[in-house]
Amino acid sequence: MKASAFAYARPTSVPSALELLVAYGDKAKVLSGGQSLMPAMNLRLISPEFIVDIGELAELRGIVVKGDVLTVRALTRHVDVLRSPEIATHAPLLRDATSHVAHPAIRNRGTLGGSLAHADPASELPACMVALGATVIVCGPRGERRIPAQEFFTGIYETALSPQELLVAVELPVARKDSVHFFHEFARRHGDYAIVGLAAQSTIVDGQFTDLRLGFFAVGDRPLLAGAAGKLVNVAVTPEVLANASAVLGEELDPQEDQQATPAMRRHLAKVLLQRCVSTLLSRADLQSGVPAR
Amino acid sequence: MTRKPANRDAFSVLDRPNSYIGKTVPRPNLDRLMQGRGLYVSDIELPRMAHVVFLRSPHAHAKITGIDAAAAERMPGVIAVVTGQEIAVVITPWVGVLSHLKGLKSAPQSAIAVDRVCWQGEAVAAIIATSRAAAEDAAEHISVAYEELDAVTDMQTALDPTTSVIHPALGDNLAFERNHDAGAVDAAFAASDEVVEAEFIFGRHTGVTLEPRSVVADWNSAEGRLTIYQGTQAPHMVQNIAALHLGLQESQVRVVCKDVGGSFGIKVHVYADEMATYALSKLLRRPVKFVADRVESFNTDIHARDHRCKGKIGVKRDGIITAFEIDDLTGIGPYSMYPRTSAIEANQVVNLVGGPYVTKNYRARARVVFQNKNVMCQYRAVGHPIACSVTEGLVDLAAMKIGMDPVEIRRRNLIADDAYPCASPSGLRFEQLSHHAALAKLIKMMDYDALRAEQAMLRAKNIHRGIGIASFIEVTNPSAAFYGVGGAKISSQDGVAVRLDAQGAVVCQTSITEQGQGSESLTAQIVGSVLGVSMDRVRVILGDTDNTPYGGGTWASRGAGIGGEAALQATKVLRKNILDVAAAILQSSPGDLDIVSNSVVNVSDGAPRIELSELARIVYFRPDTLPPGIQAELMATRHFVPREYPFAFTNGVQASWLEVDTDTGFVKLLKHWVVEDCGTIINPQLVDEQIRGGVVQGLGAALFEKCVYDERGQLTNANMADYLVPMSGEMPDIDIGHVVSPTMESELGAKGAGEAGTAGAAAAVTNAVNDALRPFGAIITEIPLTPQMILTALGRI
Ligand SMILES: Cc1cc2nc3c(=O)[nH]c(=O)nc-3n(C[C@H](O)[C@H](O)[C@H](O)COP(=O)(O)OP(=O)(O)OC[C@H]3O[C@@H](n4cnc5c(N)ncnc54)[C@H](O)[C@@H]3O)c2cc1C
Repeated sequence: MKASAFAYARPTSVPSALELLVAYGDKAKVLSGGQSLMPAMNLRLISPEFIVDIGELAELRGIVVKGDVLTVRALTRHVDVLRSPEIATHAPLLRDATSHVAHPAIRNRGTLGGSLAHADPASELPACMVALGATVIVCGPRGERRIPAQEFFTGIYETALSPQELLVAVELPVARKDSVHFFHEFARRHGDYAIVGLAAQSTIVDGQFTDLRLGFFAVGDRPLLAGAAGKLVNVAVTPEVLANASAVLGEELDPQEDQQATPAMRRHLAKVLLQRCVSTLLSRADLQSGVPAR
Repeated sequence: MTRKPANRDAFSVLDRPNSYIGKTVPRPNLDRLMQGRGLYVSDIELPRMAHVVFLRSPHAHAKITGIDAAAAERMPGVIAVVTGQEIAVVITPWVGVLSHLKGLKSAPQSAIAVDRVCWQGEAVAAIIATSRAAAEDAAEHISVAYEELDAVTDMQTALDPTTSVIHPALGDNLAFERNHDAGAVDAAFAASDEVVEAEFIFGRHTGVTLEPRSVVADWNSAEGRLTIYQGTQAPHMVQNIAALHLGLQESQVRVVCKDVGGSFGIKVHVYADEMATYALSKLLRRPVKFVADRVESFNTDIHARDHRCKGKIGVKRDGIITAFEIDDLTGIGPYSMYPRTSAIEANQVVNLVGGPYVTKNYRARARVVFQNKNVMCQYRAVGHPIACSVTEGLVDLAAMKIGMDPVEIRRRNLIADDAYPCASPSGLRFEQLSHHAALAKLIKMMDYDALRAEQAMLRAKNIHRGIGIASFIEVTNPSAAFYGVGGAKISSQDGVAVRLDAQGAVVCQTSITEQGQGSESLTAQIVGSVLGVSMDRVRVILGDTDNTPYGGGTWASRGAGIGGEAALQATKVLRKNILDVAAAILQSSPGDLDIVSNSVVNVSDGAPRIELSELARIVYFRPDTLPPGIQAELMATRHFVPREYPFAFTNGVQASWLEVDTDTGFVKLLKHWVVEDCGTIINPQLVDEQIRGGVVQGLGAALFEKCVYDERGQLTNANMADYLVPMSGEMPDIDIGHVVSPTMESELGAKGAGEAGTAGAAAAVTNAVNDALRPFGAIITEIPLTPQMILTALGRI
C-alpha cells in the first residue's frame, strides 16, 4: 500500500497551477485535502505521474457573503464549514450535511472543492449543491466557467471538469428567511458514506410547500434532484398526495446494488426519507404512518 | 475433589498491607505508549535491512504454470525475487494437525505456493527490495501464468461427491468430524412438550488488529543464529516452529516481541508469509522486514466463525429443558492452520453448547470442511460466540414457544450455584460457577422489570425495543489438554523470575506477553503486593526467548491465571529469601519480620528495621559482613500450570437493550450489561476493559463484521471502508458487574477474563432483536444482522 512514485509541485498562484495542469494533462492530479486521492493512490487504483498540490493557493480559501450570494471557495475544509457563522446563517443545510461527512480527522483536511470534484454519488455535499441550486465555478486555460450544480455532476466520480481545470468556488443563494431544511441519511456507522440520504431545502407558507428541492444521494450515479417534489408543492399534502409523490420518486430512482443494499432496499429507504422529510418539515406527525412504506 | 489451596489462611496475598490486588492502578507502560515511545516491529530498523512484499494470487484456486520475474529483478532497489520452489531449499512445509483431534487431516503447506495456489491472497513470490515501495513497484512487473481450477467456496456443497477435492491425496474435503452423544436425547425429545429447531448462521469475520502482523527476521550467519522480532502472542512457540522448519536448534533462534498493537488471537499462529520472511533472511543473509498492509491483512490474517449450525431444543411446559442437539458445519479454507489447527473452533462449539444448563441430554455433530478461501482459525473467544448464540437462541425460542419469560426459563435451567463440582453435557468439568448469582445481579443492574414496562409502553407508540439475555461459560487457564496432549510444542505452563537488584528494586521476567491486555501491569501488581514493594520499583520484562523463563505466552485467557500465579509463587520465594537474610542481618527470626513499603519491618509493631536498598547493598557489596554460612539468593523462579482441571471455566451473563427501526431495519444499541465471574480480580479496570473490548468485538460480529466472498472465492470487501469494524459511535454504554468465585487451583484464584465479552455479546443482541421483532412474528438467526436482512424478515422489501 505505497503509492507509486510521482512528481510533485506546489504552485503559489492559480495561473501557475493551471499551467501545470495544461502541461501534464490527464497525467496530473490536483491534490487538495488528499482524503480521497491519497487512499486511491496508496491502493494503486490510480498512479498519477504528477501531483499539483493546490494547498498554497490563498485565493482558493475563504467564505464570503455578498448580497444574496454566499461564496464558498474550493479549499474550504469540512471543519471550516462546520465552524463558519456565515454558513450556519445562510446555508444551514450544508452545515448539517457536513457533520455527517466522515470523522474529525478527515474533516480537518478534506475540502469542499475536493469533495465536489471527486463526485462520489454517495457523498452528502454534491446533493446539497443540487438541493441548494449552487453554481460551481471552475477556472481553466480559457478562463472561468460557471456551471449549475445539476449539470456539474455527470456520473460516478465524473464531473463537467476537464483535466485542465480547477474548481475554484461554489456560489449559493443565501437561504431565505422563510426557508427550512431537512437532512438525514442512513449509514451503517457514523461517518460512513450513506446507503441513502436526502438533503432538502424548502419554503413553506401556511402549511404548504411553495418550494421544495429534494437532493437525494447514493440512489444513482449522481445526486438526484427529485421531480417528485413537484407533486408536493402548492398543494395540501394528504397521505394520498404523499403516497403519490412516493410512487413518482420510486419511478425516478435507478439505485445500484452494493454490499450494503439492494436496489429495492435503496428505493424503500428513499421513500422512508421522503416521508420523514415531508412530515418533519410540515410538522405533521399524521403523515408519519400515512404512507405504506412498501 | 477440590483441594484446599496450600496455606491460603496462613499467607494471603489479598490482604497484605498496601496490596495492589483488586485495585485499579495505572499500567506501567502507559506513559511510554501514550508518548509514542513504544517499539513496534515496524519501528525497527537494522543495518542492511531489506523489505519483502509478497505477490499474492488473484485466484482462489489455480495452477501456477510459469513465473517470469526477469523484468522485476532489473527494477531499481530490487535485491531478489524468490519463488516457492526457491525458498523450499531453506524451509520445509508443515501440516496443521494435532493427534488428540482424531481424524483431523490437512495437506502440506509451503511458505510460498509451489505449483498451485489455494486461496485468493496466497503468496506466489517474494520481492525483496531496499524499500517496501520499490518492492511494490517491482511486484507489478512480475507475470505469473495461471490455469484456473474449480474453486470450492460453499461449505454446504464442499462434501458433495460432485464437488472437486482440493487436496486429492486427502480423498475428500472433510478436514475433521466430531460426534458426541450423551444422555438419552431421542427419549428426551419424545418426552418434551415442545421441540424447536432453527438454523444459526454466522458470518466469516476477522480480528482487524490496529497493528498488522509484522516481522523482522535477522539471520546472523557468523553466529548461526536467527533473531526474529515479531508481534506475537507466543514467542516460544514461534521459536520452536521456526527452528523446526529451518533445520535449526531452538537455541539458534531468539524471538523478541516488543510492543504489540492488538492480537485477539490473530497473532497466535504462524503464517506462511512470516515463515517465508524467516527463510528469506537465512537465504539472503540479511535482515528482512515484512509488515502486512491492510489489504493483505484482510486476505491472510486468519478468519473465524464461518459456521452454519442447526440446533434443536426440547422443553417441557414448565420450562425445563430436556435436551439439546446441534449439527455444525464450518469451512476453514484450504489448510488447517499451523500449529494450533483449524478444528479447534468446531470442537469448542461441541464442547460448549448447553454448557450453562442442567440437562445432560446432548447430541452434537461438527464437520469442518476445506474451501478455497483464506484460512480460518482461533480468534478471541474461539467457538464461544457460536455455542452461546446457538444455545441462547434456542433457549429463547423455547421460551417463546411455551410463553415463558426469557429470564424465568434460565432460572429454571441454569446449573445451581451449589451444585459444583459437576460436569457439562459434553463432559467438561466445572470447579465452581455462579450462574444464578450472576443472573440475579444482572437483573438488578438493568432493572429488568422496569425495562419490560418501558418496552410495553413504547410498543404502543410503534417504537420497537428488545431485551436479549445470554448466559455463557468461558474456557480459561488451559492446561496441556488444549495443545500439548496433541503433540504441539505449545507450552501450557508459564514461568516468572524475580530478582532484587542492588538498590532494592525488582526485576521480573515473565513468559507471558503483553499486547494491550495489561500483562505487564498485573504482573507488577502481584509482585509488588506479595513482596511488599511499591509498583514503581517493579520492572517487568516480557517477550524475549533469551531473557524470560519458558512459557506459553498470552492467549486463551491464561495470562493472569497462569502467569500471575507463577509471579505470585516466585515472589513468595524471593520474599522468604529476603527475610532469611534480613533475620541474619538483624539477628531476628524470619517469622518476626515482614516487608512493607520497600522496608523490612517488625511483624509485631510494624516498625521499620532495614530498607530493602540497604539489605541489597549488604548482600551484593558487603557479603563479608553476613554471618558465616549465609548465602543470600535474591533471585527466585517459579513455574505454574493448572493440573487438577484441564480448564478453569468462568461464567457470566450479558444483556442487550436496543431499538429496531422497523421502517429502515436499522438497529440502535441502547445499552449493554455484563456480569462476569473471573475469580480473583487483580485490576478491576483492566478486567472491565477486557470485557468491554470483548463485547465490542462481539457486537461487531452481531451487526457489522463480515468477510464477503463471491462464489468464485474472491474476498470483495478487503478494506476498512467496506469491512465494517464496530466504531465508538455505534457502541452503547457497557455496564459491568462481577461475582467472584476464585479457583482453588491456585493461590491467586484468578481465572481468565479476556474472552467473556466476545462470548455472549452477539447472542444477547440477536435475542434482543428477535424480542423487538416479536409483534411482527419475525425471527432472524443469522449474523451480522443487517438492515437489509431485517427489512426482508419484516417483509418490507
Ligand atoms: C475514512 C473516510 C471517510 C469518508 N467519509 C466520507 C463521507 O461520509 N462523505 C463524504 O462526502 N466524504 C467522505 N470522505 C471523503 C472526504 O470527504 C474527502 O475529503 C473528499 O471526498 C475529497 O476532498 P479532498 O479535499 O480530500 O480531495 P482530494 O482527495 O485531495 O481530491 C479528490 C479528487 O478531487 C480532485 N480535486 C480536488 N480538489 C480539486 C479542485 N479544486 N479542482 C479540481 N479537482 C480537484 C483531485 O484531483 C482528486 O481527484 C471520507 C474519506 C475518508 C478517508
